Amino acid sequence: MKFIDEYQDNKLARGLAYKIAQRSTKTIRLMEFCGGHTHAILRYGIRQLVPKTVEMRSGPGCPVCVTATADLDKAIALAHLPDVIITTFGDMIRVPGSYSSLQQAKAEGADVRIVYSTIDAVEIAKANPGKSVIFIGIGFETTAPTIAASILKAQQEKIENFHVLSLNKLTPPVMKALLDSGEVKLDGIIGPGHVSVIIGSHPYEFIPQDYGVACVISGFEPLDILLCIDKLVEQIEKGEPKVEIAYPRGVKPEGNKKARQLMERVFEIGEANWRGIGIVPQSGLKVRRKYERFDADKAFSVSLKPPREPKGCRCGDVIRGAAMPLECKLFRKVCTPERPVGPCMVSSEGACAAYYQYGVPENLQGV
Amino acid sequence: MDDSILLAHGSGGKLSHELVEKKFLPFLANPALNKLDDSAVFEASGRLAFTTDSYVVNPIFFPGGDIGKLAVCGTVNDLAMNGAKPLYLSLSAIIEEGFLLSELEQIMQSIKKAAEEAEVSIIAGDTKVVNRGQADKLFITTSGVGIISPGVDISGANARVGDKVLLSGTIGDHGIAVMSQREGLRFSMTLESDCAPLNKLVSQLLETSSRIHCLRDPTRGGLATTLNELARQSKVGIVVEEAKIPVKEEVKAACELLGLDPIYVANEGKMVAVADSIDADKILARMRKNNYGRDAAIIGEVTNEHPGKVVMKTKLGPSRIVDMLSGELLPRIC
Repeated sequence: MKFIDEYQDNKLARGLAYKIAQRSTKTIRLMEFCGGHTHAILRYGIRQLVPKTVEMRSGPGCPVCVTATADLDKAIALAHLPDVIITTFGDMIRVPGSYSSLQQAKAEGADVRIVYSTIDAVEIAKANPGKSVIFIGIGFETTAPTIAASILKAQQEKIENFHVLSLNKLTPPVMKALLDSGEVKLDGIIGPGHVSVIIGSHPYEFIPQDYGVACVISGFEPLDILLCIDKLVEQIEKGEPKVEIAYPRGVKPEGNKKARQLMERVFEIGEANWRGIGIVPQSGLKVRRKYERFDADKAFSVSLKPPREPKGCRCGDVIRGAAMPLECKLFRKVCTPERPVGPCMVSSEGACAAYYQYGVPENLQGV
Repeated sequence: MDDSILLAHGSGGKLSHELVEKKFLPFLANPALNKLDDSAVFEASGRLAFTTDSYVVNPIFFPGGDIGKLAVCGTVNDLAMNGAKPLYLSLSAIIEEGFLLSELEQIMQSIKKAAEEAEVSIIAGDTKVVNRGQADKLFITTSGVGIISPGVDISGANARVGDKVLLSGTIGDHGIAVMSQREGLRFSMTLESDCAPLNKLVSQLLETSSRIHCLRDPTRGGLATTLNELARQSKVGIVVEEAKIPVKEEVKAACELLGLDPIYVANEGKMVAVADSIDADKILARMRKNNYGRDAAIIGEVTNEHPGKVVMKTKLGPSRIVDMLSGELLPRIC
């Protein structure tokens, strides 16, 4: 891979920042949907480069963060079943559920393994025919196609002990839910880069059309983000909100049809429970009946105590963009990456973790 | 002899003796060890440094090294980072039943090579064999003794305001090389671990300047964690410039792909030196003359602002805090 430094070029970045400052006259509020964007923005100090007129909020684009406590409790309960191997993406194991975490379950003897790809989970199932291997399927449209592919692989190779607990979620419906609630007034959205590689730019058309909010899809390098902000400011200043792609090397308007077909073959759309937001209709992916023998929800039943949210934790507000991490009373004092209270402090895509890790020197007091 | 380790190899009986005689002694032979007494006896006078470390790296073989080389270099470097000249090491191996003797031999070979390069003798040792599943192939613990020359005072607590911060080369090579071989994450690249003994480089630097205040090797937790340790121990602030930190293209690419920051990725053959600014250029020039310091750079300085904290000027210009690594390094999923 080449062209990393090119997207981090100091002069070009300053040039773009200058252009944004020249353009920007009114105070506006943008939301970066993706946690990956939040991290890049703080890691490279982009907030300090853009003018004060541009306010930035983090959104719900952190797969680990938006996983509802009840769903997490279910994953933990599944981990405690005999002869079960839980496979999951890394961050998930550290998130505290109501009463425990996958990490704690592991320490108590449950077999919980971190995988980097869903296909690895299928391989684990193949290698352990006497056990049931459950993959905790989290993520958005980005991870869903590979999870679908893993189910198809398991079917093809007759690996009957592979299961997926599908907690996958869809981005446009939750954006709609946020805009409908009107809780946080937004002028523009920094659209998700990796998600849009799959779904393209068309599914966001309702954002300018129905809500008059600008939407520009961005890559994750600093120059990508600055270019995106520039386009957003331009649209908002002109009063002409629309959907634009500021990440053309990754995103085509039509997205990746093949990946979507995979998703549609295996999953059907249903409601999903989002942390901090609640049940959002048409925002989740459920395993289709045809593949239900791979559906952990159908194959296993666990009894769960009612979920409990950690006291004082404002992850829900942070996920909706209704609060900044620094507004949470627990931030840095009680809740740290070592002893996280909520998921936003755990995940490498969580907003609280980003604000904790990349604090700006001006905020050093009380650190 | 069989081709893999049996529990009996750890029984203390005949097989144990055979294992030591055939698989350890030929590689480590030196007068103190050859006696096979219960403890090694040696002469030393002056200020001594003593350290110990355990090595559980997975996988045990990785591009550019293996657990054996790591076990020698790691302990040698820990001694060197206090300005000590490493003299003697001890080496304990906990071996999982079923471990291949051919692999053990390969590891002993690289232990021998690393010890020769660092000019240290392994004068005490132990082996234990545990049931399959009770250890992951091979764990090694090494301890080391070194001697500190009069007048040398190197400590993480010695950084002073105005000092320059030097880094001996590119960061993240070891961590990414090991990660590239890890189960489930395999990607092919030409990158090798930087695992190396740094004691000679250190002694060259100490000959060059008497104004070196701190030395530390940024192993687990990476450069970011080491800089934080130094800032805390010395109660000073450290400011570094991201653009000046050398990172190989392969490491940059792998980090981008995995969503990692190279400043948190482990190194095994690099060091940070904090020294009086008067001597900084001289020290840098000496570092660059040594093969293990050829990509060295001055990356920042010590300040009286924000004591205990590390601030980095990002490539784009603005500054941000650099915290210690917390938790494990995990690739992103979104």
